[in-house]
Amino acid sequence: MHETAVAQSLVDLIAQEAQSRHARPIRAKMSCGELNAINDEVLSFAFEAIAQGTPCEGMTLEIEHKALQAKCRTCGSIFAVDLTDVKCASCGGGDFELLPDAPLLLEQIEFEGTDDGES
Amino acid sequence: MERVDIGKKVLASNEVYALKNSQLLARYGRPCFNIISSPGSGKTTILVRTITDLAGMLRIGVIEGDIQTDIDAQRIRAAQAPAVQINTEGACHLSAAQVNRGLAELPLDGLDIVLIENVGNLVCPSAFELGENGKVVVLSVPEGDDKPVKYPAIFAKSRVLLINKIDLLQGGTQVDFDVDRVHADARRLNQSIEIFPVSAKTGAGMQNWYDWLAHQARGPR
Repeated sequence: MHETAVAQSLVDLIAQEAQSRHARPIRAKMSCGELNAINDEVLSFAFEAIAQGTPCEGMTLEIEHKALQAKCRTCGSIFAVDLTDVKCASCGGGDFELLPDAPLLLEQIEFEGTDDGES
Repeated sequence: MERVDIGKKVLASNEVYALKNSQLLARYGRPCFNIISSPGSGKTTILVRTITDLAGMLRIGVIEGDIQTDIDAQRIRAAQAPAVQINTEGACHLSAAQVNRGLAELPLDGLDIVLIENVGNLVCPSAFELGENGKVVVLSVPEGDDKPVKYPAIFAKSRVLLINKIDLLQGGTQVDFDVDRVHADARRLNQSIEIFPVSAKTGAGMQNWYDWLAHQARGPR
């Protein structure tokens, strides 16, 4: 449900970028970490609804999930964490430190060709 | 067609307020903890008991987050502690900007510690930093012992886990809840998490939580 707040921030950010470039955004790519607990369907639905009547209306949103990583205290290797069954991918050990989760990031916006040549 | 790399944090505006909050709290030297759980786990009852039992020893101020009503803030005020109620009007979590407004209304000068009771929800509040020194997750016995496995994010991020309503385990027959399983599952995600089984109703185990809070208010964080 917090996806609505995330969608609102995304629409605001993209609209700002679009305004400063005088261009129409058609596609955006964002990424998020595992602990952001983003459900793609919910976020896409919220984004579509909130984008109505803004420069973001009709845009496509692409969501990339970045795996949470951990460092094994036994063998030192860094591995992608499966939160349902956390163990070191190399040695199978359970003594590890979670590394910082990836933030919610607006990575890229694709715009239609600019109308007036302004940057 | 033009592709532009942006690389901006989506929740940057929340982070701006989270930073303001942590700076304000640091200026007053007040530690702050963000209490997160499902609805009905007993967050408010834990707060009321904590405030009452620590009266005269630890001055606690509370920011209450709820979708509607100020019932919780009234309960806190009845326990003789300052409380600010924030109504999120549908939103499933508190934002740092809302907490910023709440902090402005609390008498920080006369407090030792600030506790934030987030909106009852085990998922969404964990994604929004409020400028706190740490999160406290509450899991109550009737919810079941599978919650750390099913909702790992909040257990991975929290400094403390309070297992509440342990008085329900006394009878032995009515509730299936394996405290050892919760310990093992929570520790697997988070080795440094402090786990205190408590009953805010009977007071069992609450002293461990009080000692931890008092240590946070006194010592280095």
